[in-house]
Amino acid sequence: MNLTYTAEQDAFRKEARAWLEESVPAEPLPSFDTPEGFEAHREWEKKLHAGGFAMVPWPVEYGGRGANLLEWLIFEEEYYRAGAPGRVNQNGIFLLGPTIMEYGTPEQKSRFLPKMASSEEVWAQGWSEPNAGSDMAAIQTTALRDGDHYVINGQKTWASRGAYAHWLFGLFRTDADSTRHKGLTFVLVPLDTPGVTVRPIEKINGKKAFAEVFFDDARVPIDHRLGEEGAGWSVAMATAGFERGLMLRSPARFQSTAHRLVDLYRRTVAESRFIEPALRDRVTQCWIRAEAYALNTYQTVSRLLAGGKIGAEASLNKIFWSELDIEMHTVALALLDARGELLPSAPAADDVGDWLEGYIFALAGPIYAGTNEIQRNIIAERILGLPRK
Amino acid sequence: MEFDFSEDQILLQKTVRDFLEQECTAEKVRALWDRETGRSPELWSQLSEIGLPALLVPEAQGGLGLDESDMLLALEETGRFALAEPIVSTAVVAVPVLNQLAQSGQGEFAHPWLERIAAGEAIVAVSHEQHPFVADAHIADLFLLSSGDSLYALEASAVTCTAQPANDQSQRLFSIDWQTDAATCLASGSTGRALQADLLDRGAFGCAAQLLGVTDRLIEMGALYATQRKQFGVAIGTFQAVKHRLANAKVDLEYARSVVHRAAHSVSVGALARSVDVSMAKAFVGEAARFAAGESLQVHGAIGYTYEQDLHIWMKRAWSLDLAFGSGAWHRARVGEAVIEANQPAPHFGFDPRGA
Repeated sequence: MNLTYTAEQDAFRKEARAWLEESVPAEPLPSFDTPEGFEAHREWEKKLHAGGFAMVPWPVEYGGRGANLLEWLIFEEEYYRAGAPGRVNQNGIFLLGPTIMEYGTPEQKSRFLPKMASSEEVWAQGWSEPNAGSDMAAIQTTALRDGDHYVINGQKTWASRGAYAHWLFGLFRTDADSTRHKGLTFVLVPLDTPGVTVRPIEKINGKKAFAEVFFDDARVPIDHRLGEEGAGWSVAMATAGFERGLMLRSPARFQSTAHRLVDLYRRTVAESRFIEPALRDRVTQCWIRAEAYALNTYQTVSRLLAGGKIGAEASLNKIFWSELDIEMHTVALALLDARGELLPSAPAADDVGDWLEGYIFALAGPIYAGTNEIQRNIIAERILGLPRK
Repeated sequence: MEFDFSEDQILLQKTVRDFLEQECTAEKVRALWDRETGRSPELWSQLSEIGLPALLVPEAQGGLGLDESDMLLALEETGRFALAEPIVSTAVVAVPVLNQLAQSGQGEFAHPWLERIAAGEAIVAVSHEQHPFVADAHIADLFLLSSGDSLYALEASAVTCTAQPANDQSQRLFSIDWQTDAATCLASGSTGRALQADLLDRGAFGCAAQLLGVTDRLIEMGALYATQRKQFGVAIGTFQAVKHRLANAKVDLEYARSVVHRAAHSVSVGALARSVDVSMAKAFVGEAARFAAGESLQVHGAIGYTYEQDLHIWMKRAWSLDLAFGSGAWHRARVGEAVIEANQPAPHFGFDPRGA
């Protein structure tokens, strides 16, 4: 066990810190689930990219800086320290990017990764369908070969960022006679393809956070396929692993929330406001759990750097961070008491509205990226060895 | 940055596991419960042969000269097999306290005891402010006792003990009667306080490490039972209501594990934040252990509620270890004070929004 950074890593942290302090917008950007917020976030991504910080663990040729996962953790710590904007292209950079790195052809890598890194192209996810949610193998949308094109028909739904994104990645049935996990193929679809209709869906706060996407004889070239035809399920599982595991939710995000929660608790005490006695203990618990998530991630990264792999353990992660996120925001709103219901736009909201927005966002955590119930099944069956049937 | 274990550390774990698998079966644990002392000198001498009490003893005193990170996985195994022998008080707490005394000029007193511990010839009982009773006082050769701002060393003949039977038959608690005097005082004032605090931290760390093994075993027993037991024509482990209980327990265990591992490192390098790091570990894993005990019991159903089934051996370990060396609740309160009232020392790695 050696829990110290190298001189290079310390220097990298310093460089990232200095750049972020200089570059992070002074005012928070509008939500990326609004048209103006989406563009403002793309502008920020452009700036990050120009600074060389868009995706530090990626190879230089694709817009990264060839850093390892540890340096990525360091970067994330500095990113949240600086209070930098959310990543509008997270579906691309955190999920699809690593999948293309693993399964893409050299042409696909150079075609998609650089524009992803710069957020010139922003990505939406296309997994769920009206009749295929937790049961993703029930996917019905077809992408049938016609010469050198796939012709897509059907409907995807709950496509995060779908309202404004340029591209969508997802699983489609390329063998019309197939069932369940077989006959599925991972395809990348430009959302401006004729025959594609995007209908935004508003989440409970009225923001267009996701979308339904309809396909009506939409033609996509076969070189937009990622991995082999019919092998889509295993490609998708790699993406899901990145989503549940390391990339999507780095620990600094939750440590930063835990720090804000402690600050809020102190302020509430200082202002002599009412505090339900049990909240102190819950604040402490949140702090411990945020630390635990960070420590666990450092251990995972140590193992990955030593050549290990991340498997079903990603499901442990997903449950842990999504439930921690809800608990932290629940405690914060309880501390705010009656002030907690103010929207960010309320004149008296101060920074109080952030907690409400964060709470609404956190509520989706146990649902997206595979519901926590599905994750618990995975843990029980694949880690604890309980029988499926 | 390498937050992982070395091959040697994993090898030591395996050695201890293989040994305990043979010599510390549930049957043997029960047999010891029925002994008046609850302890086995034969088992202690075998543990000494594989070097367990000697891990932290310097090589000059016949030990292995290792540190807490080295011993962590082996300690976890002692929890997995519900080993009742006083490994924590003797090997995890007393040895480093004696090492510190030796380094501060009390080698004449400390060295012979370290040699005897390494040879498997001495057992140490300790007291601290967070527990009114002393474990293993009936078999201790040496007592390290806290009173006021001082730490005292007494030999067995100077201490009278009265048994206080407790729920976990693996634990033997005593109230003790003894006199403080200048001759037995090892340290007073700030030095005495520091040694007392260190003693408590180390004990809490040792229990936290054991609790990892206890929790793992509780979950494993639940999973095994759910795989074998059939109702409605299928194994009950096929039901989500059963699966999810054990999965939840597993989630908590795995995150508690990382915190306990960090505590081992903090204690071994003497990190500034070690007390808080240990408290986080003890609080989290104690809670995880109690939770796993409850979930495993529910998965077992009525059979788990019987004396005949082995589950209660580990349930009781979970409860008693959670209370030893500062209860989980006490440690959590200590974390709360450090995080909320004080500005706790800057983390030695990771996210730090306040650092320059």
